[in-house]
Amino acid sequence: MKTTSHPLALERIRIALGTKTLVEIDTLIDPGEVLTVMGPSGAGKSTLLAMIAGFLDPAFEARGRIWLRGRDITALPAEARGVGLLFQDPLLFPHLSVAGNLRFGMPRRVKDKNARIEQALHDVGLAGFGSRDPATLSGGQQARIALIRLLLSEPAAVLLDEPFSRLDRQLRHEMRRLVFDRLHHAGLPSLLVTHDHEDAEDAGGPLITLA
Amino acid sequence: MLLRLTPVVVLVLLVVPILAGVAMALLPAFGYLPALGGESFSLAPWRELLAQPGLARSVGISLASGLITTALSLAVVLLFLAVAADTRLDRWLRRLVSPLLALPHAAAAFGLAFLIAPSGLLARLFSPGLTGWEQPPDWLILQDPWGLSLMLGLVIKELPFLLLMSLAALPQLDAPRRVALARSLGYHPTTAWLKGVAPALYPLIRLPVYAVIAFASSVVDVAMILGPTLPPTLAVSVLEWFHDPDLAKRFLAAAGAVLQLGVTLAALLIWWGLECLTRRLGRRWVENGRRRGGERWLRLTGRGFLIITTLTAGLGLIGLALYSVAGFWRFPDALPTTLTPRHWQTALPALGGPVATTLVIATSATLLAMLLTLAALEHEQRRGRRTATLALLYLPLIVPQIAFLFGLMVLLESLDIRARLPLVILTHLLFVLPYVFLSMAESYRHFDPRWTRLALTLGHSPNAAFWRVRLPMLLAPILTAAAVGMAVSIGQYLPTLLLGGGRIATVTTEAVSLASGGNRRIIGVWALVQAILPLLGFILAMGLPRLLWSHRRGMQGAP
Repeated sequence: MKTTSHPLALERIRIALGTKTLVEIDTLIDPGEVLTVMGPSGAGKSTLLAMIAGFLDPAFEARGRIWLRGRDITALPAEARGVGLLFQDPLLFPHLSVAGNLRFGMPRRVKDKNARIEQALHDVGLAGFGSRDPATLSGGQQARIALIRLLLSEPAAVLLDEPFSRLDRQLRHEMRRLVFDRLHHAGLPSLLVTHDHEDAEDAGGPLITLA
Repeated sequence: MLLRLTPVVVLVLLVVPILAGVAMALLPAFGYLPALGGESFSLAPWRELLAQPGLARSVGISLASGLITTALSLAVVLLFLAVAADTRLDRWLRRLVSPLLALPHAAAAFGLAFLIAPSGLLARLFSPGLTGWEQPPDWLILQDPWGLSLMLGLVIKELPFLLLMSLAALPQLDAPRRVALARSLGYHPTTAWLKGVAPALYPLIRLPVYAVIAFASSVVDVAMILGPTLPPTLAVSVLEWFHDPDLAKRFLAAAGAVLQLGVTLAALLIWWGLECLTRRLGRRWVENGRRRGGERWLRLTGRGFLIITTLTAGLGLIGLALYSVAGFWRFPDALPTTLTPRHWQTALPALGGPVATTLVIATSATLLAMLLTLAALEHEQRRGRRTATLALLYLPLIVPQIAFLFGLMVLLESLDIRARLPLVILTHLLFVLPYVFLSMAESYRHFDPRWTRLALTLGHSPNAAFWRVRLPMLLAPILTAAAVGMAVSIGQYLPTLLLGGGRIATVTTEAVSLASGGNRRIIGVWALVQAILPLLGFILAMGLPRLLWSHRRGMQGAP
């Protein structure tokens, strides 16, 4: 998987709804580093993610700039930002096979898609799962497929939206290690939004708490 | 971008023909139609209209049919929903109701006619055992002067429509929790539903209810089959005047079309008044604290009426099938003595053309409607806001067909536009589009937005997300909407007849034109074909996704 050596810069971000300021943040996330953002529901964690990913509801007023790969991506459409997203649920497309899901995420220019898919499946212990129907996979297997789909899409930065909250305790720990390991190796700047203090500890990066 | 224009295109397509049609009925109604020598405004057409024998009765029956059909259907739907529990009978009833919606009005009307006619299936089943009849009684059951059989025929179709509309609206209300709360306060479940859910449900189905009033007060094809004849309902009279060889009658027909508009409007106003009254009296009833009462009676009527309606429609279809293969069939015999393929053999050569025309029209109108609906809904998704003006989609369902189609004809004739097939397709679109939109909107709007966001963060454009994610994942509801559109188009009578100038023959126009002939065996063949065509669409719409996604368990249930 390709490594980037670019940080994700959030430069004087301020998101407001009407007169109320929800989020203020000004920080730099280094390649391979996971910044954890915590805070109670309604503190604006998801709003921050939506702004960085490019889905912010026009009702909100956002200021500041987002820099990635040395480009200002603040005004780019979501699909052109190079920001990958890991959701609470694996969200494997039910109409595609496992390999179809992975291929869906890969950039067009990638040549040896099948070989890379096989390798990626092998790396997470799911070799030979390519032709399977995602609905027949266990929760943990689906979570791993979602992770490699994200990585194969070669993002330049990653947003994690409480990706472990729906997993049971045992699995949660395993997945956390796998995810953080992979993001670190890929050298991706990542931003994790969570309720869970253990998530923050395992992420090992800086922590910001929104009020 | 093209998407942004779709709401405008939709509104222009729907609103302009209706407004133009109404305007062009108003002008000749007041004597102005230069093509026929009407150079100045006058009240002569109205004087002629008021002098028509039996006009008051025609108007009365149209009005009554609109109000009584709707009241009866709505009452049964609410009662059924109030008493329905998750029992097998109720699930079975709910499932049986949806194919009824696909049944064209004319086929349902013929089925009912074959069932309740003096020599019909019911009389045969109970004769001579119960009734002692050796000969069909000389009773005017069909086409009775009070319009009772007409209303019954309409209820068979409108009841399923209102039930499905209610079932679609109910999830928004969280009915089980409302009922649970009321029960914890000591209310009987049925009373809990009627007091806690029904008042909130009604506003959500108000527009469909208005559509039923408008339809039932102005219907033409069902009234030609089941309605009274001397005089017929107002809408049928207008059609007769329009087709009168004496072109001067056009002025009379125009005045009649405008009167029909007024009658439907009056029916809607009366209903609205009743609504206000019910709201006032109803509030007192809801708050009076009575926790039970009459449940047994309610349960009986709620389920009973729905079962009777479903059975009537089902038996009617069986009747059509029986007559279409009946050879010799003496009166009190419940079944024909001999069966014969002869009626089918004679009809077959004549069937091909109309079936092909029906399918061409239905497919074109449905494809256009799907295109516009998908574009409008996708535009709404990308904009992130609902397009409020889309409420005007109901306009073609609330303005009586005869009122504006008549004017549209006058307009097209004076512009000398005679492209019959495209015109028929476009007028079908007026009625297909609202239903396609209504049947698709819910699933489209409730589609989890994270799927699209996921596709975007994986680097796909909004267009690619539409084609590769939304469309395939919504295939089942999209195909269902297409089947609904086909069914609506196949059942259209008046637009095909008027805009086709009588030269375009579909299974529906052919079947209805057989009504006056009274050859039940031939009618059986045509009405059955008319009933089967839309059903085939629904079978395809349900089977295709299952076949396509047979290896994808996550696609088996509706998303």
